[in-house]
Amino acid sequence: MGDSRLPSSYMTPGTSSFADFLGAEAPDLLPSRRAVPAGAAGDLAPHGTTIVAATFDGGVVMAGDRRATMGNIIAQRDIQKVFPADEYSVVGIAGTAGLAVEMVRLFQTELEHYEKIEGTTLSMDGKANRLAALIRANLGMAMQGLAVVPLFAGYDLTADQGRIFSYDVTGGRYEETAFHSVGSGSLFARGSLKKLYRDDFDVEEAVTAIVQALYDAADDDSATGGPDITRRIFPVVHVITADGGRRMPDDEVAAIADRILASRMERPDGPAAALT
Amino acid sequence: MSMPFYVSPEQLMKDRADFARKGIARGRSVVAVQYADGILFVSENPSQALHKVSEIYDRIAFAAVGRYNEFENLRIAGVRLADMRGYAYDRRDVTGRGLANAYAQTLGTIFSSGGEKPYEVEIFVAEIGDAPEDDQLYRLTYDGQVADEHGYAVMGGAADVVAGHLAEHYVAGASLDEALRVAVAALGHSDSEDRVIPARDLEVAVLDRTRTQPRKFLRLRAARLAEVLGARGDERADEASPEDALAGSGPRHSGQDDPSDPTDQVSGATPPLEDPVTGEPGSPPTAPPVAPPVAPPVAPPADPPAEPTDPAAPGEPSPPAPQPPAPQPGRPPDPGTPPPAEPGQI
Repeated sequence: MGDSRLPSSYMTPGTSSFADFLGAEAPDLLPSRRAVPAGAAGDLAPHGTTIVAATFDGGVVMAGDRRATMGNIIAQRDIQKVFPADEYSVVGIAGTAGLAVEMVRLFQTELEHYEKIEGTTLSMDGKANRLAALIRANLGMAMQGLAVVPLFAGYDLTADQGRIFSYDVTGGRYEETAFHSVGSGSLFARGSLKKLYRDDFDVEEAVTAIVQALYDAADDDSATGGPDITRRIFPVVHVITADGGRRMPDDEVAAIADRILASRMERPDGPAAALT
Repeated sequence: MSMPFYVSPEQLMKDRADFARKGIARGRSVVAVQYADGILFVSENPSQALHKVSEIYDRIAFAAVGRYNEFENLRIAGVRLADMRGYAYDRRDVTGRGLANAYAQTLGTIFSSGGEKPYEVEIFVAEIGDAPEDDQLYRLTYDGQVADEHGYAVMGGAADVVAGHLAEHYVAGASLDEALRVAVAALGHSDSEDRVIPARDLEVAVLDRTRTQPRKFLRLRAARLAEVLGARGDERADEASPEDALAGSGPRHSGQDDPSDPTDQVSGATPPLEDPVTGEPGSPPTAPPVAPPVAPPVAPPADPPAEPTDPAAPGEPSPPAPQPPAPQPGRPPDPGTPPPAEPGQI
């Protein structure tokens, strides 16, 4: 680390936002502050695809498939697209993978930095707004095809419930009820969840429902990866309750995925919903 | 006209060191103790808002005594440095040694520069490793010196007494509960008595390597402390200390004014060496001592400074008020007016 005196800007009281501090101190490290030559750059880099989140009684779950694509090529089979943002929230990303992963790192640092400087955590809405500001700063890149669209979910300790926020590329922030999905397979995943979602899910049922939704997305969207049974690669699932967030261990997700695969052997389109 | 005075560098540094040391000695102590699973910090701090111990990064913590605004500045700079480093490189590249170096350079530069007053702070920077022998505890003083501490360390007001108690009772490799009991007992120890510090007045935090999260820093709340410490006899809070910021109270002086001590921060009760008005050497005060000697008030009594008592401007037209008598240094004030307030106590 630095061998000399702390720069005076570090000692200046002021912002408790790490992104603002970074913008003043080392703007070249901001993911959105890069000059990209004019023209579409969207096909140059891998894209992450489908993220699904759903609330349940006492928390919220989020899952993402493991595929990254570059045009018609599968760029990566086991990419991780769902990350813990802090102890009580999680962020999943769709869009340009490189930028998105960097933005998640900035967002994680932002939340932790605020917590350390202020001695208290941001409110759930405060976190959602900070993420919106980071997305908004990326608008220029988004217009050249390097868009990042996150899905943000967490447990709100004051409201005592799980909450989900979706975003558009301009930084618009929208709170969703019950469940939501972003990415290329999101239309199919959302259609699937519409038929599967119940208010009274427990953790395991909620995880089963969103893994079913990812299966349906992979079924109809080439850019979304389904469960890879030969390589044993399964979706990344995060569960957040009042006790904090954790990534569901791979073997638990594998057991749920195996059950879903077994039932799909009988009925490839998945469980049938009641007509009325 | 002011005369430049020659002050030898030794004297200058000594004065600055005395000044900083005095500021630090006014605060209560902070104890850092290594135990089996990490490093424990304990301080007596009735304030719930102003922390003396805080988190810097995953495995790094910060503790300080002295002037709050100064060490808070250093803490924030440390958090920024660590987060910047962790973001630009990787979380593992943030080290306690690097942070201690940055603090040492900063404190050293400020101490030896003539332009700034020295920081009245003393700091611990602690980092835990995967095993107890990898734990590091640095102690930084106001002049930028770094000491590598082992086992336990104490800084602040009664550091010697507390360290003496710890030297007798510290056991290496103790559990958290044992280490906490020893540290709290040491903080309550003084030459005259052993005081039981109430659990609610304790600020306790640990760097605990057994935590599953990457961030190993954890504050222990009063409920948990009370459970660990158990019944210890009659609790007694410390008497108010100069560092307790009580709402509505003005700055309070610590200690007596000693005119022979140039680093003394207390002043007021001693008459100035010369009369501020006439420049004549002041006469020894008669009882009660008054500083500075004032002219006896005349009508209107609420406005004595407006009176043209300045001998440098005798030719100026006087206001319609009757000419006041000449100032008489050393004369007791008129009993009808309150004595002038001590400077700094307004």
